[in-house]
Amino acid sequence: MKKVMEGSMAISDSIRMAEPKVISAYPITPQTHIVEHLSQMVADGDLKAEYIMVESEHSAASVVLGASACGVRTYTATAAQGLLYMEEVIYNIAGMRLPVVMTVANRAVSAPISIWNDMQDSMALRDSGAIQLVAENNQEAYDMHIQAYKIAENPDVMLPVIVCVDGFVLTHTFEVVDTIDHIEKVREYLPPLNMQYKLDVNNPYSFGTVAEPSIYHEARYNLSNAINNSKSIIVNAANEYKEMFGKYEGALIDPYKMDDADTVIVAMGSVLGTIKDVVDELRESGKKIGVLKVRSFRPFPSDEIVNALKNIKNAIVIEKAVSLGKGGILSCEIRDALYQRKVNSVNVNGYILGLGGRDITPQNIYDLIMKAEKEENIDGEFFGLNNELLNKVF
Amino acid sequence: MPKTTIKFDYDKYLRKDTLPHIWCPGCGDGIILKSLLRAIDKLQYKKDDVVITSGIGCASRLPGYVDFNTIHTTHGRALTFAIGIKMYKPRLKVITVSGDGDALAIGGNHFIHAARRNIDMTLIVFNNYTYGMTGGQSSPTQPYGSHATTTPYGSVEPPFDTCELAKAAGATWVARSTSYHAVQLEKLIADALTHKGFSVLEVITNCHISYGRRNKMKSPVEMIKYQKEKAVPNRSAVNMTPEELTGRFKTGLIYEKKDSLEFVEETYKQLELIKQ
Repeated sequence: MKKVMEGSMAISDSIRMAEPKVISAYPITPQTHIVEHLSQMVADGDLKAEYIMVESEHSAASVVLGASACGVRTYTATAAQGLLYMEEVIYNIAGMRLPVVMTVANRAVSAPISIWNDMQDSMALRDSGAIQLVAENNQEAYDMHIQAYKIAENPDVMLPVIVCVDGFVLTHTFEVVDTIDHIEKVREYLPPLNMQYKLDVNNPYSFGTVAEPSIYHEARYNLSNAINNSKSIIVNAANEYKEMFGKYEGALIDPYKMDDADTVIVAMGSVLGTIKDVVDELRESGKKIGVLKVRSFRPFPSDEIVNALKNIKNAIVIEKAVSLGKGGILSCEIRDALYQRKVNSVNVNGYILGLGGRDITPQNIYDLIMKAEKEENIDGEFFGLNNELLNKVF
Repeated sequence: MPKTTIKFDYDKYLRKDTLPHIWCPGCGDGIILKSLLRAIDKLQYKKDDVVITSGIGCASRLPGYVDFNTIHTTHGRALTFAIGIKMYKPRLKVITVSGDGDALAIGGNHFIHAARRNIDMTLIVFNNYTYGMTGGQSSPTQPYGSHATTTPYGSVEPPFDTCELAKAAGATWVARSTSYHAVQLEKLIADALTHKGFSVLEVITNCHISYGRRNKMKSPVEMIKYQKEKAVPNRSAVNMTPEELTGRFKTGLIYEKKDSLEFVEETYKQLELIKQ
């Protein structure tokens, strides 16, 4: 059924459909609406789950770790500093191979303090072993969370999935979302969680114990393999979802108007909507330009991206995060993928935009395209700086 | 002690370029801010000798508005930053302002350990019973049975008593006031600052927006009335039965222990010994 829904409401509604048994969260802007809706659902009996209030994000992640280790479906959500505070536990969740699903309402990190959107927070978790999917709009956020459980709980994966949604831009914005009417259909798509290894007094296992140098290396190799091999499972999850619910927003990547393109803009998250509007206009004026959406940031779809980009001239990467001391993150990984596969005909330029919630307007995107096509080897240049302010802020 | 002056030059202590503040109209936090400024003025501390640290939350915005040495840190950790400052420069007057969530939930660990060490600093806990800034989620001081967005049918968890917790953990000066009792508040802040050791002052403050609205006190006036009616001076509470005290809170000086071992002094004493 089509409804006008706030992003947070759409996310909590899709979590309701996935029927987690344990939810735990600590309040942080802009995640709060999601967990407030969920606590109301639990209190009203619309979702048969335990909602556990905790004293920090570290505890929230620890609660879902514990519950997940017992073999039940779990959910948590956070943002920014909260995610950084959870980091230690998320590495453990991944290392213990537990299928926790969580939302990150992407927000800038301190200092200085900012409550507004960029992607610096989830980028800090990129090496954790958690799968990271990035939603473009509220519909995709809705669909992606149900798919996230499907991916996380696949016996060949058994990893946490972080669903990234842009804070405020999606979480606090109302859009039309086509929701699933019958929970039975979701149950069919997402059968009950059945974990081979769990905490069970009748069949005891131990999680997270000390691994000596003789075994740790192999444990990490298996973890690395699991996330690398999850690519095909992410694709299957998207395809099955399409078959069942008629919605498809891409799997690992999603090309848009790329067939004959010379120039392609690569990006993740809600900024894609603005980019597509600009590209539509440029297409009308005859410019051969397209968009490549990266939907799965971890695992990184190197082959798929190289296949999509290998015949184009310019790839313009727009990022809302920066690896300080290096430059663009997404652009660096794309360049690496191209280099590894010996494709050196693509001019990749990476730009940092919209940190700390600064709006990225269609005009910004237009100006950037005009500039970027004339440039080479741009590795994470800050675009749209107000030079007058540079001497005034620390 | 000099009388509380009605005309007071707050501008002397405010960073006016950071105003207006973010507190909602009717919020109690401004009353605590002003009481703090009057207390500091009364003690004639030099502005450069005062350090205020804070974590995250509505209360934690206070350091941004005042012209002392201030640092706005991460959620729950304001006391740890303060300990670092105090240890390095013991002559500084170090004050931490913190909300109930900041001090007792995410920062609860640091709260008890600062108290245990009896470090010569002051913690002011702005207790509004909720996470006001994020819209009213359940906090560890939320009264049993009261409502929050994450407890839509009432809290089933017993709350912390900030003062009892501080006392049990080792704080040597503990008091409570409210944003209604502004005169008492000013006096207690001054006493807290002059106490040698870890002083904890809990201030019941009103958040009618995130807490009151859900608990039949939707206006600041109703919340201020609540503070007035529920407060029991500690000296009167002695003669009251537990039943009479149910749903009420004690105000004034709750606990004081003089001449206890103080952490900074003990540490420097030991350093001197080692040097010899």
